[in-house]
Amino acid sequence: MTVLNAVIQGIMLGGFYALLATGLSLIFGVMRIINLAHGSLAVLGAFLAWWVVDKTGISPFLALIPALVVMFGVGYALQLGMLERSLRSGPLIPLLTTFGLAVVVDNALLGVFTPDVRSLGGPAGKVTIASWAITDQIAVSAIGMLILGVAAAVLLGLHFFLARTGMGRSMRATAQDPDTAELVGVDSRAVYARAVGIATATAALAGFFLAVRAVVEPSSGPTQLIFAFEAVVIGGFGSLWGTLVGGLILGVAQTLGALVDPHYANLGGHLVFLAVLAFRGRGIFEARGVST
Amino acid sequence: MSLLSVEQLDVRHGLLKAVRDVSFSINEGEILALVGANGAGKTTLMRAIAGAHRPAGGRVVLDGRDVTHMSAHKRVRAGLALVPEGRRLFAELTVEENLLVAAASGRSGEWSVGTVMEAFPLLKPLRTKRAATLSGGEQQATAIGRALMTNPRVLLLDEVSLGLAPVAVETVYRSLQTLIEGRSTIVLVEQDLRRALRVAGRVICMLEGKIVLEGSTAELSIEEITEAYFGLKSRQQIGGGSGP
Repeated sequence: MTVLNAVIQGIMLGGFYALLATGLSLIFGVMRIINLAHGSLAVLGAFLAWWVVDKTGISPFLALIPALVVMFGVGYALQLGMLERSLRSGPLIPLLTTFGLAVVVDNALLGVFTPDVRSLGGPAGKVTIASWAITDQIAVSAIGMLILGVAAAVLLGLHFFLARTGMGRSMRATAQDPDTAELVGVDSRAVYARAVGIATATAALAGFFLAVRAVVEPSSGPTQLIFAFEAVVIGGFGSLWGTLVGGLILGVAQTLGALVDPHYANLGGHLVFLAVLAFRGRGIFEARGVST
Repeated sequence: MSLLSVEQLDVRHGLLKAVRDVSFSINEGEILALVGANGAGKTTLMRAIAGAHRPAGGRVVLDGRDVTHMSAHKRVRAGLALVPEGRRLFAELTVEENLLVAAASGRSGEWSVGTVMEAFPLLKPLRTKRAATLSGGEQQATAIGRALMTNPRVLLLDEVSLGLAPVAVETVYRSLQTLIEGRSTIVLVEQDLRRALRVAGRVICMLEGKIVLEGSTAELSIEEITEAYFGLKSRQQIGGGSGP
């Protein structure tokens, strides 16, 4: 029974990891960049929402809307102002650039918001404490279900966007061959900027839920990056459904690890991650370009 | 006035001058064949006209508008479309999606998925197939259809028969005939000299990045072009001059 419970809790935790990993996977799929600032941008989004709540006193779920819009703009500007230049200099430079960006974002947050931990759990209200008892020993939390639902909705929405809309089609074409996409009239700069914008907004959404579910502090970014990275590697880089499955596997591995010993939660995730790297280096769902 | 003119274009690959001081122009409804040996600079010239490669000097003028500093996608919107060498389809997209990507350029005109399928009937049953699964001839038809979807004013065709089976080349050219009769403006790079002369009204022969022969296909003999093609005569002796 406790194992079943751990799996159920792990799936809900995995929903959060899938959401966190979506943007990392999307940027990699479209541009072949591993964005090392992804975790820090997630935390920046969380602080942005926290700041709006702190200043206005509105519900965090309302504050999320402007935060997402701003973070989309941040991603868009980041691509045009920084990543685009670094992309021209080969594959290593974007890695260094985004690493530098992570350091800058983390320290800027530290400077502005102090090292205190913050949470949106209180202002978010009852949703953070509500739960449904399934049996005597198993209960599912409302926030866990909400995050899992949002993750599924974001991935489904992104799938629909890529598979069915003109903009999504241009994005897949650009991911496969940017030069040729230009030659048939696709503005590849705008496509890249949109992809980074969407990825940054989904990162902020994940950061927001981290703050609602638990706490964030300016130094939370790198840890979140590792979880997102593990989820993406387990699922397969560039594959959206792989990202969902990778997130769920990571979540379950962590809760099962915690079952052995509460200290082994992260270890459980790391072991699965290493096992996938060792035995199936390209992840469970191997993808070419951004796949749906 | 000419629809497309290239003025003293210089294009480099690093230190290599792939295209040197090339000038020519093409009028509306004209078909121009660009011939020359491998490495003569034909593909580089085509890519520079389309905006995929920035020239080191000179100008590209489309319908009186200087497009030299425009990015490739903006040139597509202005009415220039290139069918690149090697076809370069989006392999993971279906045939229809390959066509629709190009429709996003927003130029209106007679070409749509429906009219492309009419012009290339072989594509009809392949609509939902991934481009990677197509044969060479089918891929070439898709690549030409994709360029047509942008409703170009000038169509640049680079090596449409390269690597195709003779039957497939026939099919592709039969479909091109529809375009040609529709008075499209086309610049064509073709290895097969006889075929190029049959289709085009005018021919330009390039050698080592320069134009060594230019003239109407009616006036030039295949021997004259072959000599220029291989650089057998010194440039002064060749009739037709070296560019306008």
